[in-house]
Parts: sequence; C-alpha cells; structure tokens
Amino acid sequence: MTRLFKMLTFQAATLATAGLMLSTAAAMTRAAPMPAAASVQIANFTFKAQVVTVKPGTTVTWTNADDIPHTVTSNNGLFKSKVLDSGDKFSFTFAKPGQFGYFCSLHPHMTGTIVVKA
Amino acid sequence: MLDDMNGDRRGFLKCMAWAGTGALFAFDGGIGSSVGLDAALASPVVRSAAPFTFAQISDSHIGFNKPPNADARATFREAIAKVKALPQRPDFVIHTGDVSQLSRDEEFDDADQMLKELGLPVFFIPGEHDMLDPDGGKAFLKRFGKGSRGAGWYSFDHRGVHFVALVNVADLKPGGMGNLGAEQLAWLKADLSGRPSSQPIVVFAHIPLWTVYADWGWGTDDSAEALKLLARFGSVTVLNGHIHQITQKVEGRIAFHTARSTAFPQPAPGTAPSPGPLKVPPEQLHDMLGITDAVFVRGHDRIALIDSTLTA
Repeated sequence: MTRLFKMLTFQAATLATAGLMLSTAAAMTRAAPMPAAASVQIANFTFKAQVVTVKPGTTVTWTNADDIPHTVTSNNGLFKSKVLDSGDKFSFTFAKPGQFGYFCSLHPHMTGTIVVKA
Repeated sequence: MLDDMNGDRRGFLKCMAWAGTGALFAFDGGIGSSVGLDAALASPVVRSAAPFTFAQISDSHIGFNKPPNADARATFREAIAKVKALPQRPDFVIHTGDVSQLSRDEEFDDADQMLKELGLPVFFIPGEHDMLDPDGGKAFLKRFGKGSRGAGWYSFDHRGVHFVALVNVADLKPGGMGNLGAEQLAWLKADLSGRPSSQPIVVFAHIPLWTVYADWGWGTDDSAEALKLLARFGSVTVLNGHIHQITQKVEGRIAFHTARSTAFPQPAPGTAPSPGPLKVPPEQLHDMLGITDAVFVRGHDRIALIDSTLTA
C-alpha cells in the first residue's frame, strides 16, 4: 500500500513536472515570434539616437518626424529607404554583428550608426 | 582691365548692407554700388549698350503643403506673375533647383505647365528634392535636363556672357555637404579653357558654392576646385538657392548670391534647432518669398541683381 502510494505520488509529480514543462514550452513558443525591435526618430535634421546598439536579429524602425523628407541610406549600400515624407517609416533587420553607418542622402550631414553585437 | 579690378572691395561689401523688401547691388570690376530697390526702379542703372536681363526662380518645392505654406503651387504662380510684371522682359529664366518637393511626376508637370505661361526659355538644374525618384534624378533629367551631361550639368553663351549650370546634389557622401565630383570638375575645366578672361561668367547651382553654414550642410565640399578654375575671369557671378534666404559675399572677383524660395523661408544660419521651414505667420510669408532679376550692362561687365519679394 505504501509502495503503491509512493508510485502514485511519483507519477503525479512526473505529470506535474511534464505539465509545467509544457506550459513553459508554450510560453516560449509565444515569445519566439516577437522579434527584438528598436526605433530611431528623425527630428530636427538629426537621427535620435545617433548611435543605437542592438542584438543580432533586431529590426530597427526609423520614423521621420520632420516637415522635410529624409532618407535612411547605408554608407556601404546594405540598405536604402525610399524617400520618407513626414510620418513615413522604414525598417531594416540587422542579422549579423557589426557597425553599420548610415546617412540621409538628401542632407548628408545627417549621420547615424547601428551597432549590432551579441 | 585687370588693373581696374583692384578696386576697394571692402567698399563693395560695406555698401551691400541693405534692408527692406529688396535691394539692388551692382559691381564693376570689384567696385560696387548699392541702392534701395525703390530708388533703383525710379531711376534705372545708366545703360551704355543694349542690356539684357534674366530672372532667377528657386526652390519652388511644388507639392509642399505644410506650415508656413499650405500651397506652394499658389506662391509659385505668384512668383511667375512677378517675373511677367518685370519692367524689362527677361531673355530667359533660370530655376536653381528643388523644383519639386518629392520628385513626383505631377509636381514636375505642374511646375512645367506654370512656367510655360511665361513664354520664355527656362534653364534648370536639380536640387536634392528633384533626385528622389527611384532612379535618383532620371525623372527630372528626362523632363528638364535635355542635352545636359552627367547628373545634369551644361553651359551656354548668351550675348557674350558664358553661363555654366552645375549640379552639386548628386552622389552625396555621408557626413558631407554638396558635391560636384571629379567628372564634373574635369568637364568644367575643359569648358572654361580657351575662354578669354574678360568674358563675364555666370555660374548657377543649387547648394551654395561657398560654405554658408557647415553645421547644416550649407556648402559644397569640392567647390574650391571649381572656384580655382574661375579665379582668372574678371567677372564671375555665382547664383545659388537651397537656403531659402538671401546671402551674398564677394571673394576676389567672384560675387556670390543666394535667392529666396518661392515656397517657404528657412532660418538664418544657427538661429534655430534645424534648417527646417521657418513657420512664420501667414501675413509675413509673402515678405520672405521672392525672385531675383539680373541685369547686365554690356561694356561694363556689370551685373545688377535685384531681389524682390512676392509682397513688393
């Protein structure tokens, strides 16, 4: 009897543990599709912040808050937005580590850098 | 002739101080004179030979519709009416760039149609707002750049004056300002070689060819190369736009001048957090928009630039 009780208790504990593991797995499954994100504001002819550090896989979104159109143009040709009028957005996902300089091709004195590191 | 050029340029600079709705400044081999616009209109410059004039329009930004100007088309139309009403009909018009706000076909179309009402030849060079089509300026060139080279540069002669149209808004570099590039500079060198130093030269380009304010990118990185090629000429006038306000300066025998916009004013260098549109109240807007009328008096190498606002 005692032995049976022990076995039952063991099975219940196993089930409970398995259940916990399942729910953890479910939570992880829910979290996985939400990618890391960062944002950069374009305001007063500057990129804010000028240097943004993110983890690989992060999607960076730029929003033009100025009355004047701007672009987000990579220094080395990796990415280039179309012209962003007031309120327009542009996103790019940085897969690999590195330093990625960019500028506004209309107003090239406007510069910024995305630093990607694990 | 060169001796005549060694005049007192300080005197010239001093008399360029002006205020009000417009001003006229003239120079003859570095010695200048300046009178208020009202006086100039009342008693025109003495002309010893058949003079000619041309008008400069700049930064029409067709499509712009935010404060302080809800309709840049309407103010452009007013500027065109202003050119039509000039006391002497200009031989032609130059548009120093930013014809459009976003390089859209309908913006270029509307500018083109309105300018046609003048019945005058119009010479264009692109501003950075005219380079925003997916092909980086091809839409502008197809419409306004026939016969030009590279990104849209060219030259022509008119009644003994050599006009050079330069493009400094193509292939801009990170952290830089305006840019002419090696190919265009080589072309300019060839274009100017063999010309007598006595020939008056007018250069026009969108971004100023001297550094007005580096923090806002108001200059051209390699303009010194171009100015070196122009230094031997007795009379050089450089006409720019881009900064939506009048600035002027004289360096050696080169006179620099920027025109007002027909769409919206921008702040004076460093007086605002950014060079974005100056949001003036509606009743002040027309005082800050305008056109430039250039008058040549032949035999004197003299050019007079008369700026007038849409109000005046």
